[in-house]
Order: sequence, then C-alpha cells, then structure tokens
Amino acid sequence: MNVQSPPEKLTARDFATDQEVRWCPGCGDYAILKAVQNTLAQLEADPKSTVFVSGIGCAARFPYYMETYGFHTIHGRSPAVATGVKLSNPELDVWVVGGDGDMLSIGGNHTMHAIRRNIDLQILLFNNQIYGLTKGQYSPTSKIGTRSPSTPMGSIDNPVSAAQFALGVGGTFIARSSDILQKHLPEVLKRAHGHRGTSFVEIFQNCIVYNDGAFKHFTEKSVQDEMQIHVEHGQPLLFGKDKSKGLVLNTSEMRLEAVTLGENGITEADIAVHDETNRSLATMLAQMDPPTMPVALGVLYCESAPTYDASVHAQIEHARKDGEGDFTKLLHGGQTWTVE
Amino acid sequence: MSEVAAIDRPDENRQEIESAVVRFAGDSGDGMQLTGSHFTMTAAIEGNDLSTFPDFPAEIRAPAGTTFGVSAFQINFGARKIMTSGDQLDVLVAMNPAALITNLADVKPGGIVIADSGAFTDRNLTKAGYTESPLENDSLDGYRLVKIDMSRLTVEAVKEFGLSNKEGLRSKNMWALGLIYWMYGRKRQASIDWLKTKFAKMPEIADANIAALNAGHAFGETAEMPAELGTFEVERAQIEPGVYRTITGAESVSLGLLAGSQLAGLNISFCSYPITPASALLHQLARMKNFGVVTFQAEDEIAAATAALGASYAGSLGVTSSSGPGIALKMEAIGLAIGTELPMVIVNSQRAGPSTGLPTKTEQSDLYQAVFGRNADAPMPVISVSTPSDGYDVAIEAIRIATKYMTPVMVLTDGYITNASEPWLIPDPSTYERFDVEFRTDPENFHPFLRDEKTLARPWVKPGTPELMHRIGGIERSYDTGHISYDPDNHQKMTDVRAAKINGIADDIPEQEVEIGAAGGKLAVVGWGSTYGPINRAVTNMRDDGYDVSQIHLRYIWPLPRNLEELLKTYDQVLVAEMNTGQLRTLLRSEYLVPAEGLNKVNGKPFLIGELEDAIRARLEK
Repeated sequence: MNVQSPPEKLTARDFATDQEVRWCPGCGDYAILKAVQNTLAQLEADPKSTVFVSGIGCAARFPYYMETYGFHTIHGRSPAVATGVKLSNPELDVWVVGGDGDMLSIGGNHTMHAIRRNIDLQILLFNNQIYGLTKGQYSPTSKIGTRSPSTPMGSIDNPVSAAQFALGVGGTFIARSSDILQKHLPEVLKRAHGHRGTSFVEIFQNCIVYNDGAFKHFTEKSVQDEMQIHVEHGQPLLFGKDKSKGLVLNTSEMRLEAVTLGENGITEADIAVHDETNRSLATMLAQMDPPTMPVALGVLYCESAPTYDASVHAQIEHARKDGEGDFTKLLHGGQTWTVE
Repeated sequence: MSEVAAIDRPDENRQEIESAVVRFAGDSGDGMQLTGSHFTMTAAIEGNDLSTFPDFPAEIRAPAGTTFGVSAFQINFGARKIMTSGDQLDVLVAMNPAALITNLADVKPGGIVIADSGAFTDRNLTKAGYTESPLENDSLDGYRLVKIDMSRLTVEAVKEFGLSNKEGLRSKNMWALGLIYWMYGRKRQASIDWLKTKFAKMPEIADANIAALNAGHAFGETAEMPAELGTFEVERAQIEPGVYRTITGAESVSLGLLAGSQLAGLNISFCSYPITPASALLHQLARMKNFGVVTFQAEDEIAAATAALGASYAGSLGVTSSSGPGIALKMEAIGLAIGTELPMVIVNSQRAGPSTGLPTKTEQSDLYQAVFGRNADAPMPVISVSTPSDGYDVAIEAIRIATKYMTPVMVLTDGYITNASEPWLIPDPSTYERFDVEFRTDPENFHPFLRDEKTLARPWVKPGTPELMHRIGGIERSYDTGHISYDPDNHQKMTDVRAAKINGIADDIPEQEVEIGAAGGKLAVVGWGSTYGPINRAVTNMRDDGYDVSQIHLRYIWPLPRNLEELLKTYDQVLVAEMNTGQLRTLLRSEYLVPAEGLNKVNGKPFLIGELEDAIRARLEK
C-alpha cells in the first residue's frame, strides 16, 4: 500500500470532497460547510478518525461533502447511529448533522437520549424553521402562524426552543451561532469539539427558498448589534453598538432585563456576568427573544461530566480486571453433569 | 435440620416407566418456575433426557388466586430421547383452584392430580369460578385425585424457625417438590445444596425451605400417603457421553453470538430495547462484559437497530434483538443495512400477534415479516432456531453469513424456544472453523461498493483506516464508484446485484436433508423452528406404526436450500406444519409451485404430538 505522509498544514480544502455540492444557491448550509471545514483544518483534525453522521433532510447531505468517513442514514436516527459508532470505537471523533425536522420532530427522542446520556458527540442542529427537502412544510421550530403547504391558514402549534430543550434534558454543552457569523461559528465549533460529552450546537440557518429571512430580525446588519448578544464565560453580558447595553438580573422576578448603561443610574457593575456553568442563567439566556431582548449566541452552558461512552468502556475494563473472560468456563456455567 | 433426613431410601416396589410429564401450577407468587427448574436439574443429574416448558402470565404479579395469575412449569423426562415437553400430563400439581381449573384439561384420563386442599377456600374457589369445591364432588372422578393440605403441613414443618404464617407458606412449593421427588425416587441433595447457597445470608429461610422439602418427601415415605399415588422409576436415558448442562434458547443464542463474534475476530455491540420474550438475550449478554461485549439498552427499538448498525459501520458486529412488534419498528434500519451492505444480526423472538397479541405465548408468525417485511426489494437471509440448544449453532451461522456477505441476517426463534430448556452436550469451541473478517486497508483502486467476484460482497472498512475515507448512505449508490447515483439503469443493476448476492448464499449452505425417512414417498411433513420436536416424535411414532411419512425440517428460510424444490417434488403429499396460518406453506408454493398443504395452529401453545399424528393419519388413510 502507498504510504503518504500527511501535508504539513491542513486547509479547509483538504476536508472537501470531489462531490458537487447540491444545496440551493444561497443556502445557509454552504456557509456552515465552509465553517466546519475551516474549523477542522484549524484544529488539525485527523480526517481518517473523523466521522460525520446524518439523518435525512437538506442538512443531512453534509457528510457527502466532507473528506472524512461519513454515514448518511435515515430520518431522525442519526444520534442513535452515532451512538453505535462511538460505543464501538470511542477513538473516533463523531459529528452529527441534521435539521430541525430531523432532530426535533421525527428524531426528537434520539436527540434527547443522546444529550442526556452525554455521549461524546458534536451535534450540529441546522435550524431553519422549515422543512426544506420535502418542499416547505412548517417544522417543530416554526413560529405560530407559519403559512406553508400543510398549514395554508397558518400553523397553530407552539414551536420548541432547541437550546431550552437541550438544557432541559440535562445537556452538558449548549451553544448557538448562525450561518452568517463566519468568525463566531468556528470559535463555537472549536469549543464544541473540545468538550467531552454531547456538544449541542444550534445554528440558525437561512432557507432561501422556503423560509427566507426567518432570522433577519436579529441577523440583518442594521439590527444585529441590538438584537444579538455574544456571551462569553466570565465576561459581562453586554451588547449593542459600543456595548452600551447589557443584561441585569432582576432578582425579585427571577428574570433577565435589557438595560442601557448610563440610564437610570445603571453602571457596568450592575451588569450580570456570564457563568456558563450556571444552568439557570443559561436557561434564561436561551429564553430571550427579540424585540424586547437580544438573541443569546455563543456557549450558553458548559459543564464537565462523565461521558456515556467512557463509562461503558470503564465497566468493560472493570469486568476484565481479573483478565479476559474464559469462554469454555462460560459454556460450562451453572450446573453441569457428565454422562459416561 | 439434620442431614440424616435427606437420605433417600431406595424403594423396591417402584413401577418402571419410560417417561413422565409433570406440571407444577400455582399462583405466580407460589414459586412454580423455581420448583420446576429444581425438578429439571435433578432429572438431568440423574441421567434422564428431558424437555421443559415454562408458562407464565403476562402480568407481573396478578392478583392472588385468579386464573390469569396462574404460573406453570412443565417437564417431560424419560429413559428415552425426549422431543417435546409432552402432550398430556401424567401428574398435575395444583396449588390452588385457579391452577386446577386452568390446567385440568391437559391431564391425561386417569392421570394424577395433586391438589393443595388447604388452598381450596371459598374465596379461592369463587375467584377461580367454581361454585362448589371440585375436591368434594364427583367432577374429578376420571383422575386419581390426591388431596393434601400442603399449606397446613408446610406451616407445621417450618414453625420451629420462627417464621410468620405468611412467610412459612412461601415454602409450600418446596413441600410439593419434596413429594414429587419421593414419587419418582429422586435425590434431594442438589436442591438442598442450592437452597443453602442461595440463602446463605438468610439461614432461617434456607432451613425452612429444606425442612419443607424434607417434610413433603417424608409425607410420601410414611404410611400417611394415600394409596392412589404410585411410586415410579424413570431409568437413565441412552445419551451420548460427555459433559452436559441445561440450556434455554435465550442462553444458546447469546452464547452463540459471543462464540460467532470470536470466530469472526470481532467485538460485539448488542443494542436492544426491553420486550417480552426477547429481553432475556439482553440480560445474558449484559453479563458478558468480561468478553468485551458492549451492551446498549437503547431508548427505543429504532435506536437499538440503528445503534447496532452504527456499531457495524464502525467495525464491530452490531446485533439487535426484539420480538414481532419491535422488529416492525426496526425494519427501516434493516433496509438501510441492506442498502449500505453492512453486516448485522437481528434476533427475532417471535410471539403471538398482531400488535401486542399474546406477549408471553409462542407463535411462528413473523416469517413473512422476516422474508418480505421491508419497503422496496430488500432481500435478507433468514435462518431459524429449531430447539433450545440449536440457537448456539444458528447464531454462529448468522454471523458467518452476515460478515461474509456484508448483509443483515435475521434469526427467527420464538417464545417457546427462548424459555424452554433441554440438556445440552457442551461443545468444544476449538472444533469450530474460524471465519475471521478481513477489513479492507488497501487504498489501491478502492471504492466502497467494489465487489468480491465470488460472493458479490463489498469491502468492509473500519473508520480510522488511512486513505480509505468514504461516504455511504441510504441513497442509491453507483455500482462503479460507490457515490450517490440517481441513474435509473444503475438502480436496476444494483437491485439485481443485491438479489444475486443473497440468492448466491444458497450455494454456501448445506443441501436440505431428510430428518427422518427418505426422499420419495407418500408424505413429507415440513417444518421450521420450534415445531421440530413434536414433528420429530410424531413422524417417528407413525413410521413405527408402518406409515410412509418423512420429516423435513428447515433451518434456512431465505434463501432456501438449492435442492429443496427437487426434494419436495419427490413426495406425493407435502404437509407444512407451523404455528401460524400458513406462511412457510405460501413461500414454498410461490417459489416451487408445489401443492403443499398446511397444518396450522395459533393458540399460543406448541403442537401436540397427537395433533400431528392425527393429521398424518388423515392424509395417509384418505
């Protein structure tokens, strides 16, 4: 076999396959693909030990475009497939990619259990609040009133908040970013990669064909300063142009409030400081919605906890502490007798 | 309790019999399964061949005294080869009225009915649906009825240990066991040893149970015993020499999965979700961690199947297990395994359906689901387990086929086999031929759907292998590159090659043999799975009576053995006996255009030998 020494420095191109990318022109998935390829290059990830697993949907085509190992599976089941991959070989670096329908509707159960088990995966949820591949039906994250082929008079069911869901089921790493934040997104992905356990990253992604502008109320240039807050552990929760606004904790009502520095005697000392190990704070941040509050982006929550895959293999190692099992002895288990 | 009491005196006047069928029946809290398994262990140690059948309710602990809370354990043991757990009972031990009313119909005319008269209270009689005690009227005149107040005698026997009345009564099953041991001249020592070990930390419980066991035995020995009760001797059977153990189907399949994975040189990832009667497999394998076995109790059946497939993708042997309704949920994942051509083993412990059906009752009604139950043209090998011990070899064979041909394989077993037990001549693992998996590591001309010319199998690559990074998935793959392809002609080609690969397995499995009898003749009784025992005994009996009948029993359901069509066409009549409404019969008729007829039942119970004999007689005397 030909042994080739890897190039000195990997680039994003090293993680791109020769396959023609088949998303709609202008789809937010292109930007996410580029961010992921950049991130892996910057992390100097080993392509042969990296696996991308996906379910069904536009986002689920992702593995075909990554020059790593990849498994495009069935609708909603990618977290369960990835669980099997990781349990079988914990050395692999396993990424799961899917959309809001895939991971929160048909596959919501698997997403929940992967997160609560804290198996060491990066789960990237591309949230575009719509079903793209099936041509535009409303999704479990669509806002009430979404008009779609299946809801011509507007959708009537409450949407789920991906980040709040992940926090609620005991996630140990919950972060948010957006397809258009090409500097922010790779930094979040790097944190996700560094975390041991299930790293859940919700990426707001624009579907240019069926739900164009779903997030423009906080992503457009004209509003992004006022309608986004980029949280960082240990840093005051400031946002707005010139960081003139911030969040304070109203302790009597147990909620966050947006304030302007200098108004009503507010100083920077009044501004809450982000503590990513505080699940209550993370939940309050995840709940914030425009127009009264900015959307919180960045690492909302991160805690260190045992991973499922490590614990499974620790039990196996414990069972083998006195040596590998003796199969002949196992066959002769229980009561035996000899017939002469 | 002194050891002296456990001496078992030989009885010169025992009646010698070839075999006997005994059923212990009582409340699900009465410990009937334990009682039965003790009697089984002792019969095995004393050299009988045997077969057992536990029959327990779907409810975990149904209200005491009710008919739906009756739990029973049947054992057929003999001095000859035992093929089934027995059609009719020689002895029924009924611990209460509900046990009597639900089991009496199975007692042979003139058979022995031993009833705990102490449990035949007005309250219990009413719960069972009796308006008057059957022990006091003439309704049991056709049987040899033995009324014993086992409840009172047990409480008396254990009172010296300071247990409450309720606690004392819990040893009633051991009292009954002691009596049956006496009836058949069995030694008590194995049970006494077991009780001492089991209750080592609760010596008063151990002593009470041993006292009850001895008291039941002593009751038989003394003059107190009614004359209706005979004493019997069942000689040792002619059995192949070697070391034996008893084994259930769940045990044999789990041991076979481990053995097969070792022969393939693979780690096993067993992913499952609890379901009756398949859970026993998960429990068995969860205790094999010292062999590197990964077990994963998934959040649902679908996750179990997909996690198993993920494990196979990563280079382990992925195995999932369930029963009918759970298998239905796994089918989309199995379709993905067929499309991506990854090895996987699916164990289906069939039960009565549709839907929840009768979860604790056996059936063979998933053959269609196994062979045909997926969207699109999705062929998959299916093999079946015929006896409780057969699961060992069948599981190994499933792994051999799955890994050699890069395909999921379904193993069909059933609720009867899973729970039933029989003696097993423990095999020597070193006598099995290895079939080590060779993972692809060579990047030269590699693509993921490059096929082996002979087997048509694609290469298996472990993620982590340098220079072989590739993507696979559910979208149709190009025959020539392995990349996704929407080309219609390519889909035709891939569909054809997937079918050819599975059909080709017929060249790699044994030709179908005639189990009893010979090719050609008036009638072949064809079966598969757990009907093996009763068909075998029935055909043997009928041949002894001069009937021209043969037994053909299939292990391979799909693909079918190469010679099967030719073989079936040598008989004047083909009778397919199965516990469904005719699924194998349909398959054989559609594949071979043979005029096969069916003998079918779905009452949750295995075939009786008599039912099969009647059917054979009817066809050969018409």
